[in-house]
Amino acid sequence: MNEIWVALGEAGRLIGGLDAKLTEIVFLSLRVSLTAVLVASALGLPLGAAIAVGRFPGRQALIVILNALMGLPPVVVGLFVYLMLSRAGPLGQFGILFTPAAMVVAQTILILPIVAALSRQVVEDAWQEYREQLRSLGAGPWTSAVTLLWDTRFSLVTIVLAGFGRAAAEVGAVIIVGGNIDGVTRVMTTAIALETSKGDLPLALGLGVILLSLVLALNAAAYWVKEAAQRRYG
Amino acid sequence: MLPLVLDSVSFRVNGKTIIDRVSIEIGTGPRTIILGSNGAGKSVLMRLCHGLLEPTSGSIVWRGAVNGHQRQAMVFQRPVMLRRSAVANVVYGLKLAGVAPRERELRARDVLEAVGLASVAGRPARVLSGGEQQKLALARAWALGPEVLFLDEPTANLDPGATRDVETIIGQIRAGGTKIVMTTHNLGQAKRLGDEILFLSQGRLVERTPVEQFFTKPASAEADAFIRGELPWN
Repeated sequence: MNEIWVALGEAGRLIGGLDAKLTEIVFLSLRVSLTAVLVASALGLPLGAAIAVGRFPGRQALIVILNALMGLPPVVVGLFVYLMLSRAGPLGQFGILFTPAAMVVAQTILILPIVAALSRQVVEDAWQEYREQLRSLGAGPWTSAVTLLWDTRFSLVTIVLAGFGRAAAEVGAVIIVGGNIDGVTRVMTTAIALETSKGDLPLALGLGVILLSLVLALNAAAYWVKEAAQRRYG
Repeated sequence: MLPLVLDSVSFRVNGKTIIDRVSIEIGTGPRTIILGSNGAGKSVLMRLCHGLLEPTSGSIVWRGAVNGHQRQAMVFQRPVMLRRSAVANVVYGLKLAGVAPRERELRARDVLEAVGLASVAGRPARVLSGGEQQKLALARAWALGPEVLFLDEPTANLDPGATRDVETIIGQIRAGGTKIVMTTHNLGQAKRLGDEILFLSQGRLVERTPVEQFFTKPASAEADAFIRGELPWN
């Protein structure tokens, strides 16, 4: 037990002293996961809205698949992306395996279904309420989708943050496609896994504390944004 | 674009007939009130006229429409407001109607002034009171300069004060040359605002009578029973 307190104290010093190695890892984590959530949102929000408003054959099957994909195991995504990007794979010529770009690809695939499926639900609920009014004003499906995305923007913020939380916290996908290379593809989660197995608890704990605080701060922000918006806009 | 001609229009859902072979011509001029018990098909008939529903059989034609262009608007029992300011809600309708950007804002301000909402133009629409929201819905419809305005029980959820305001606004819209077609459960309102009554019973158009005559000497036994039921002291 004593060992843990010592390690925690050491972790505090690393965080307080803005340890170079620690900050590098944290920044790479943020860079990778923020890029992934940006790409996933740019694709997933319009996709969710389109499925919510559109009527086409196979729509229900698509919704079921999308919902199921929310539970994609990160290691499976990692394996899939690894196979695609490995030298013999179909996308091997880009040579991005074991780079941050590969990690962005893997995390994007991981959270795209989350963003798309949850935004589909939110937009469709709003669509039930707005449909007649929007059609009465002459809005077609495309205009309706854009209008609904804007009108549900505060709920969508929560969804995007949930996607970010998932990306920042997963380890299975990035360790396979990134390789956990020191100074290149080492992020918070992979570093924690490695340092723990090496027995370097202070760094692992320090990163753990930062990761937890990040997730907590994100959830607080999501809650606050939604509450404030609800009060202001109804 | 008037007259609106319905030829043997029926509407069925899951084998249940909601509207049963209604044929009628609705022209400019008299304010038309659609009356009937709950489930008689008033709202459905209005949605068919407005184009929100397609008839199962029969035809609905705007005989006077030029190039199929229709200037018609509808106000619903429960106003649906977008999560933006009151004036932006009016501007949104004008944008969908293809009004030039510079003119939208001016027209929106004018119409908000006319319905007495100028002081809350910048407030988020969804935090306005029920009465204010319904006035805003009227403003949004009025701004479009409709030739026909459909109103589906526009005062059903409002207190007497707001009801009076809404009736005044409907009068103003009417004074601008807009044809009014409205459903209501309030017989006093039907008398105040109506020139002719369309009476529906079980999806059939039972009679079409000038308003004074309807309340004193209805032509059909169904209407007679309806009036007795609603005004038992007569």
